[in-house]
Amino acid sequence: MSLINYSSREINVKIVYYGPGLCGKTTNIQYIYDKVSPDTKGKLITLATEMDRTLFFDFLPLELGTVKGFKTRFHLYTVPGQVYYDASRKLILRGTDGVVFVADSQKNRYDANIESLYNLHENLAEYNLKLDELPYAIQYNKRDLPDLIEVPDLEEELNPKRYPAFEAVAVNGIGVFDTLKAVAKGVLRNLS
Amino acid sequence: MVRTNWKVFEEDYWAISTTLQELLKNSNATSVILLDKTGQLISSVGDEPRFDMYSFASLCAADFEANAQLAKLIGEKDFSTLYHQGSNESMYLARVERDIILVILFDKKTTLGLVRLRTKKAVENLATVIRGLYDKLEYENEEYHEELGEEFTAEVELEIDSLFSD
Repeated sequence: MSLINYSSREINVKIVYYGPGLCGKTTNIQYIYDKVSPDTKGKLITLATEMDRTLFFDFLPLELGTVKGFKTRFHLYTVPGQVYYDASRKLILRGTDGVVFVADSQKNRYDANIESLYNLHENLAEYNLKLDELPYAIQYNKRDLPDLIEVPDLEEELNPKRYPAFEAVAVNGIGVFDTLKAVAKGVLRNLS
Repeated sequence: MVRTNWKVFEEDYWAISTTLQELLKNSNATSVILLDKTGQLISSVGDEPRFDMYSFASLCAADFEANAQLAKLIGEKDFSTLYHQGSNESMYLARVERDIILVILFDKKTTLGLVRLRTKKAVENLATVIRGLYDKLEYENEEYHEELGEEFTAEVELEIDSLFSD
């Protein structure tokens, strides 16, 4: 849910990182946090378990600077990937302006990706939203690991509509900003 | 259904700020903050916070929403207010209309009773402003669209490219 405040001249938009457990959503946010200059970022909030699994969400506010008199801010959220945290996922998805789906490219995570994507469609539907109507990109993460699903096969299964897709090694930052940029630009185009 | 996109106009902003200022003064609270259910900060008055306000707003929204789900599980529609008691600082949260949350931070200079009492009145005033704002958004004034045109998109894309780079 974007919020445009004409008095304080601020625009705030929300982007959610979705995907199965351990696919690298938090790693994406952590890389962005480490790389952007300190004066543009707020505090990175992580509600995680002792095992570093996201319990509720990660949150990172980023300030884009002033454009045509409007201070523009992105609020990046990740959802918890584990299946049993569905109630939390649903809450975080509320009012999102754009979605990044992070898929795990490893063969043994094939079913988890499909299940998570199906869950994303289901949870958006609860808010009367469709993926077609939102700025959306898909990221094929962990491309540096062995035993991977080939990208054309991932495209076939997870991205038949051919939304923007990016290969990534989030832990080294490869593909992280490309994915974010694709969705961020889409979100701001929707505002104008 | 959550409002997918909304805006705060100048006159509503000032109406909101006036109510928040009155509540701050009447309740003797330290800060009063208004945010929406998705965690976006709308306005705040009172002491300059020592913490990141955007993170605070996002956590408050999550707190309120998680409690709303708990309410549903026990058969309640929702919890319209929440209270978190600390040894020095405490928080009182109240729902305003469907999508807005009012947060009052206070210390030992006041009491929960007074905060609760004054908040009730402020919630009514804010509800009137917010309902008016929602009505306005239904018949939105075209002139506001003009401010964010193609030029804005082009400039903002350049900003995105420069901010998000390795």
